[in-house]
Amino acid sequence: MSKRTIIPIGPYHALQEEPEFFKLHVEGEKVVHLDIELGYNHRGIEKLSESKDFEETIFLVERICGICSTSHPLACVQAVEDAGKIPVPERALFIRSTVAELERIHSHLLWLGLAGHFLGFNTIWMWAWRFREDVLNILELITGNRNHYGMMKPGGVRRDVNKTDLPAIKGLLDALQDPIKMFRDAVIQDPLIHARTQGVGILTREMAIAYGALGPTARASGVEIDVRRDHPHAAYDLVEWGVVTCEKGDVFDKAVVRILEMFESIRIIEQCLEQLEKVNGPVDSDPRFVAPGEGIGHYEAPRGEVFHYIRSDGSNRPIRHKVRAPSFMNVPTNRETVLGATVADATIILAAVDPCYCCTERMAVAIDRDSGDHLLDARDLIRLSCEKTDHMMAETGLQGPDLPMN
Amino acid sequence: MNSTDIIKRIQAHLGDRVLETLHRSDRRIYIDIEASTLEAASRLMIDEFGARFQIATGVDTRQGIEVMYHWALDEKDCLVTIRILLDHTSPTLDSIALICPAAEWIEREIWELLGVDFVGHPDLRHLLLDADWPEGKYPMRRDYGVTT
Repeated sequence: MSKRTIIPIGPYHALQEEPEFFKLHVEGEKVVHLDIELGYNHRGIEKLSESKDFEETIFLVERICGICSTSHPLACVQAVEDAGKIPVPERALFIRSTVAELERIHSHLLWLGLAGHFLGFNTIWMWAWRFREDVLNILELITGNRNHYGMMKPGGVRRDVNKTDLPAIKGLLDALQDPIKMFRDAVIQDPLIHARTQGVGILTREMAIAYGALGPTARASGVEIDVRRDHPHAAYDLVEWGVVTCEKGDVFDKAVVRILEMFESIRIIEQCLEQLEKVNGPVDSDPRFVAPGEGIGHYEAPRGEVFHYIRSDGSNRPIRHKVRAPSFMNVPTNRETVLGATVADATIILAAVDPCYCCTERMAVAIDRDSGDHLLDARDLIRLSCEKTDHMMAETGLQGPDLPMN
Repeated sequence: MNSTDIIKRIQAHLGDRVLETLHRSDRRIYIDIEASTLEAASRLMIDEFGARFQIATGVDTRQGIEVMYHWALDEKDCLVTIRILLDHTSPTLDSIALICPAAEWIEREIWELLGVDFVGHPDLRHLLLDADWPEGKYPMRRDYGVTT
């Protein structure tokens, strides 16, 4: 038997949304075991929420994640509205979907950039993040903020969208079409990206269902679920759009699902903007209290379903607030996808479920004290991944994705 | 099939093991059962309804510790919550992690934060708290910090 080496990814690592600790056990080139440790970022938000009133709770959950900063509030306000049977004006529904879909585009572009970086295609990384800036500009125009928009509130949204801003928003949105098409063509047709991602890190349909995988992770494996369609909320049943799925469940399919979803998001936003021209009225039903009871709110965040459960005893604060982010269900699927893979592929496989990337990279090369095994660090992993791509380039003479920018 | 039919079908399978049903709306159903019925109810949700396990929630209440299993019936736009009330002294439940791997992590979380013991769990160790967290101290219990 060859020597077993442990590769720690985390607890603090740019691959991950929150500090998590993946221990990759490898023998030679092959990953033979994956151990996942959580809890480095446990902030006690569920308990903290019990000391906040229903308005403050929304601001609290907005800070669970910097990338999905409108997904948690949207799920949370829907839970409060479900518990208190609070109506939402129609105009507010369109504003909710507009902001939420812009968030999806910026999140998917962020993932695409990082995936490109891990594979050694830094041009994809830089261009994807450059166009993500344009999405943030639209969000700033609508909400006043590039992140943490502070738009959702029980009973509606906090700010109306000015009708005079609509042409400018539409213009910025139209300008995004071509760059996203360029990414689609560059990634989906590139033979080198095929070689690196097709058949890599496969999550079968059966496993996706057993693990309760969500969002693009599930849809890439042929599990056709999308909370926006299956449990309509906001304006998703008032506009035309489609659920994107693939069949094979490898890294490539996960990328394809995300890229094609951006076009659906643009379709949704365009229709919402049209409706915002026509639909008038308040954007907030201004609820004064939440009746005793319990409510569940869920929303399809960029990574999958966000789930909030709220119980009210009729006072102004929840007595229990449960939050479940999609990564809680998606991260365990890594145990299936990474086994048997090579170390050079592990980086992109672990990144393929898109655990939000917002934490600090802080890694050290070290010798494991207990076993004396040599530990590789995150930079080593990215280097190995990039070297594999370089090696393929040299072997095949391929150049990688072409990004025709003017 | 609407939500009333879903309740009827659950009652037809579980009979008098369903203690109470709450029809909050056409999209939200709550079913109260005894702890001993959990496995049968979970199998029913997976095999009969093809339901997707969303998550479980634990709540410490005056009456006892409530554990709720939330299931999504995606094709029927309905969420079913299976609810069990456990007493405070020794809250114990049969783990469903073996029939539903998606529940593995959340059972670990409820075990460490609320002190519900999941019998038959394949890997019942700390998930969020540190491995050396003192035994018998459960941060989501109402008396945490008062008596400890």
